[in-house]
Amino acid sequence: MIPGDSPLALGPYRFESRLFVGTGKYATHEQMRAAIDASGSTCVTVAVRRIELAGPSLLDHLDLTRIRLLPNTAGCFTAADAVRTCRLAREALGNDLVKLEVLADSETLLPDPIETLAAARELVADDFVVAAYTNDDPVMALRLEDAGVAAVMPLGAPIGSGLGILNPRNIRLIKQRASVPIIVDAGVGTASDVTIAFELGIDGVLLNTGIALAQDPVTMALAMKHAWLAGRAAWLAGRMPAREQASPSSPRGGLIAPGASP
Amino acid sequence: MVSKRLAITLNGKPRELPAGATAADLVAEFELTPGRFAVEINKSIVPRSQLAQRLLETGDQVEIIGFVGGG
Repeated sequence: MIPGDSPLALGPYRFESRLFVGTGKYATHEQMRAAIDASGSTCVTVAVRRIELAGPSLLDHLDLTRIRLLPNTAGCFTAADAVRTCRLAREALGNDLVKLEVLADSETLLPDPIETLAAARELVADDFVVAAYTNDDPVMALRLEDAGVAAVMPLGAPIGSGLGILNPRNIRLIKQRASVPIIVDAGVGTASDVTIAFELGIDGVLLNTGIALAQDPVTMALAMKHAWLAGRAAWLAGRMPAREQASPSSPRGGLIAPGASP
Repeated sequence: MVSKRLAITLNGKPRELPAGATAADLVAEFELTPGRFAVEINKSIVPRSQLAQRLLETGDQVEIIGFVGGG
């Protein structure tokens, strides 16, 4: 952990790594496991689906002694389906932490604010610890906070796009106004996107495709680890004021040939 | 004498079982690890501790869910 920093709190849970990673789109389970290890993340998202065949579970490839699972509601387009999915996940895992994601349609994959808010209220009333995926909308972020979610997760860019942080001003505004942790979720394409997100002051980043679809996912996972540490440390350190003009870093006086021009 | 059979729907597909089968009997076929699956019948969750008592009936809509990769 960075000196002077504290763990990220989601309800009763604490995370020293502020990077959350997905488990989708990897070529093999072995590659996924190696990438998660390289990322240093201790919280990974998983999807809830019908069991088709007997055989090894995805969970057999994760070190659950040190990794907490964050089941998502991906694929849900209504509040009712999302709540149902969360309850199934809790029954299976005995885990009340969920990533709420209610999408409007399967083309844009953008979150549906009305259904998301309705689901958030129902899940909070049912004692879930909810991390809610939302658009980069400062108004919606406060609505979700009022509903009692443990974290608001605005998108940096559409899911799987790799476009980076498209509206840094909104992300900064969301963070400035919110009391709950803000985790940028979706849109990260490369390491600098993660650093930029943390330099805005946000509390965490969740990504999947940026690692899984890199040419070398394990090396990209390492880059993402250094990227969040760099961005978070820069934010905690406090950057210098930007200036319009140059300002010398070396003393103006004491030159061996004062005033000499080339 | 005709042996009675149950006709249920499992994960969206029709399925026949011997009369008297329980939810636990059905789950046993999948060789699942506790803590990695959940069972829902007619949209109500059946807690793991009650699977052995829950007799299946014709028409039951059964879902068994687990976890796959996702973001």
